[in-house]
Amino acid sequence: MNDERRTIGTDGAAGRGTRGGSPSSGARSLAGGKATPRKPVRKAAASSTSEGSAKAPRKTAAPGSAGAAKPGTGPSATSGSTPPAREKPRKSASRTGAGRAKAPTSAGSGSTSRPRRPSAAAGADAAPHLRAVTEEDAAAAAAAAAEEAARETRTASGRATLPGLPVEEVLVAVVQAAQRILGSDWEHRLAVAVAALRKRLSGDFEVDEFGFDPQLAEVLTAAFEPIAEKWFRLEVRGAENIPSEGGALLVANHSGTVPVDGLMTGYAVKRHGGRDLRPLGADLVFALPFVGQVARRAGATLACTQDAERLLASGEIAGVWPEGFKGIGKPFAERYKLQRFGRGGFVSSALRAQVPIVPVSIVGAEEIYPLVGNVPSLARLLGLPYLPITPFFPLLGPLGMIPLPSKWIIEFGEPIRTDAYEPDAADDPMLLFNVTDQVRETIQQTLYQLLVERGNAFF
Amino acid sequence: MGRVVLVTGVSGTLASRVSRHLAELGASAGIDRVVGIDLRPPVGDLGGVKFVRADIRTPVVAKVIAVEDVDTVVHLDLAPASHRFGGGGGVKERNVIGTMQLLAACQRSATVAKLVVGSSAAVYGSSSRDPALFRESDSARGGVRTGFPKDVVEAESYVRGFSRRRPDILITTLRAAQTLHPQIESPLHSYLRNPLLPSVLGFDPRLQFLSLHDALNIIAEAVTKDRPGTFNAAGPGVLLLSQIARRLGKPTVPLPAIGFGAAAARVVRSMGGEISPDLHRLLMHGRAVDIAALRDIFGYEPTATTEEVFEEFRAAQRPGVLARLGGHG
Repeated sequence: MNDERRTIGTDGAAGRGTRGGSPSSGARSLAGGKATPRKPVRKAAASSTSEGSAKAPRKTAAPGSAGAAKPGTGPSATSGSTPPAREKPRKSASRTGAGRAKAPTSAGSGSTSRPRRPSAAAGADAAPHLRAVTEEDAAAAAAAAAEEAARETRTASGRATLPGLPVEEVLVAVVQAAQRILGSDWEHRLAVAVAALRKRLSGDFEVDEFGFDPQLAEVLTAAFEPIAEKWFRLEVRGAENIPSEGGALLVANHSGTVPVDGLMTGYAVKRHGGRDLRPLGADLVFALPFVGQVARRAGATLACTQDAERLLASGEIAGVWPEGFKGIGKPFAERYKLQRFGRGGFVSSALRAQVPIVPVSIVGAEEIYPLVGNVPSLARLLGLPYLPITPFFPLLGPLGMIPLPSKWIIEFGEPIRTDAYEPDAADDPMLLFNVTDQVRETIQQTLYQLLVERGNAFF
Repeated sequence: MGRVVLVTGVSGTLASRVSRHLAELGASAGIDRVVGIDLRPPVGDLGGVKFVRADIRTPVVAKVIAVEDVDTVVHLDLAPASHRFGGGGGVKERNVIGTMQLLAACQRSATVAKLVVGSSAAVYGSSSRDPALFRESDSARGGVRTGFPKDVVEAESYVRGFSRRRPDILITTLRAAQTLHPQIESPLHSYLRNPLLPSVLGFDPRLQFLSLHDALNIIAEAVTKDRPGTFNAAGPGVLLLSQIARRLGKPTVPLPAIGFGAAAARVVRSMGGEISPDLHRLLMHGRAVDIAALRDIFGYEPTATTEEVFEEFRAAQRPGVLARLGGHG
């Protein structure tokens, strides 16, 4: 920080530019550096004009307040560190100010506000306008301004420094942190974020008739990213097979005891296809508190013909896992062996809506919670399709609920077109069975291939 | 010669507005007279409506139809139980037995040519196995075993039986979502008036509303034009209960699903408000209906979406305690 301050305007040639003295960089600085630093610096200038009056009370106030603890380390540390920090920008400012006196001749056409600046009381103090070119400079200027403003308010109100609490430094740190994280236009971005949060809190957001909340889906996708990318090391293949527009039915294998594969597919479709996946879930999902609520908000709806056809007809990408509980709750020994694909209802929905079927093969979900046992009696009592026992789950308690970090591959296969058939073909059971088998075989073959290519599940 | 319309349940807030609207349309819409019938005297002014105080659970209704030469019956006496108007038993009597008596009277009558039934979307029940939007051809998948939904299902089954016996009578069944209007009584209206809103922990139902304007127009259109069939009626779009609570600035009180009805009633009673006993299932799973048939076959486009209906209602409410937090106020 201090180093940065020292460089301000000290090593550049005289005139507009800071480091390089070339006219082009001067022009660039004129163009680029005028918006951000102006406001803080003006404040700094204003504060330094009142410095003469404000300084005297402060000098008397500070010893009085810190008088008792003066020999102590806390207050002396703050009062020892801040004055140089205050001194330096002024020093550098006066230097650039001295350089600026030549500026009109070297830079030629001045900015419109230049004539006003020498008329500022201290003249030289106004000069930091000119050197705030890079982001560090902007940060330094803003920090100095914040510091000055803080001092000003404190001295004006006559409040004493809290011993041991470096208010100024905290303030400076906050401003700098905001700039580091959000960039130079942090004020704007923070305002946008706060406004968005306020809108959410006041209920001012839209959901579609299925209960899908696109804003929340964005947030969930972002929150899921580290899990997908770092924990599961997701690899997506064939993302070009996700239609960029219009309806499509994604059909995938289901596994892993807990339907994490649904979340992962949704994430892959959003990140790699730029579309929102609308998963079709079992009714158990919507009967569970919290789960059903979040699922609906994230775009899921009940796996029934009406909803599937409504989604597909309105041009959405719907996702189905036709194996259902048979697939997700199968023992670890039967991993990657596809179960029966429902009753082919998904094919008839796709045929009616005339949308392509995209087979999706998911490798990696089987290993997250290896299902080694089941307690059917207890499951029946709780109304669940199965009650899983994994090598870690009841044994380690909540720790056993952490999914194992298997390597995931999701491959979106070549779309199977259905528009060659008549919509009436949805009433032909033989055709439905054939297409169902075709989809199932495609996924099964791809799974075997992907398993060979992936090798070990965890390393 | 114009129509003579009989409106049942005319002391209800919605039915009284409907009967007045029909009377005001008058001769321009081919309506000669509007006769209102109810057991309770009407609360407000009925305008040009002729009021007959009678119990539709008795054969008196047949006499009214015969004396007044009624040719169009608008049955709006299907109402959910509410604490204000007495317990559940009487309401069930009125809903089911009243409908039976009315249909019996219509079947005998030689003059009646049209029946408009103001049914409710409650006929679809409310459960976790519901499709996102109910079509008219769908049937309830759960949540119709008790209370008002059960009454509506039974009443509609009597109407279907009646339509088989008198195929010459045009029957329009309107499955309407709840009307939300500051002056219209409805279970959700009285629920939303509470300062705290009891909600089911972990559930955020989708709700739909119908504007009063649309409700009046749809019924009037069913009376004046011939629109046989069953139609859903609601404002397009849905609102989540959490959205509604936040927009009203009222905090929700999440209560566990087991025993929610009793707990919610206790919470609401302690605040001096009221909650309809049939509401708890709706507050758990919500319900939304498809209005494609209303648009395409009935030929009516709702003027207000669910959101607009709600915003109009909200504007007439006192803002809740949390309203300062949000952008409204």
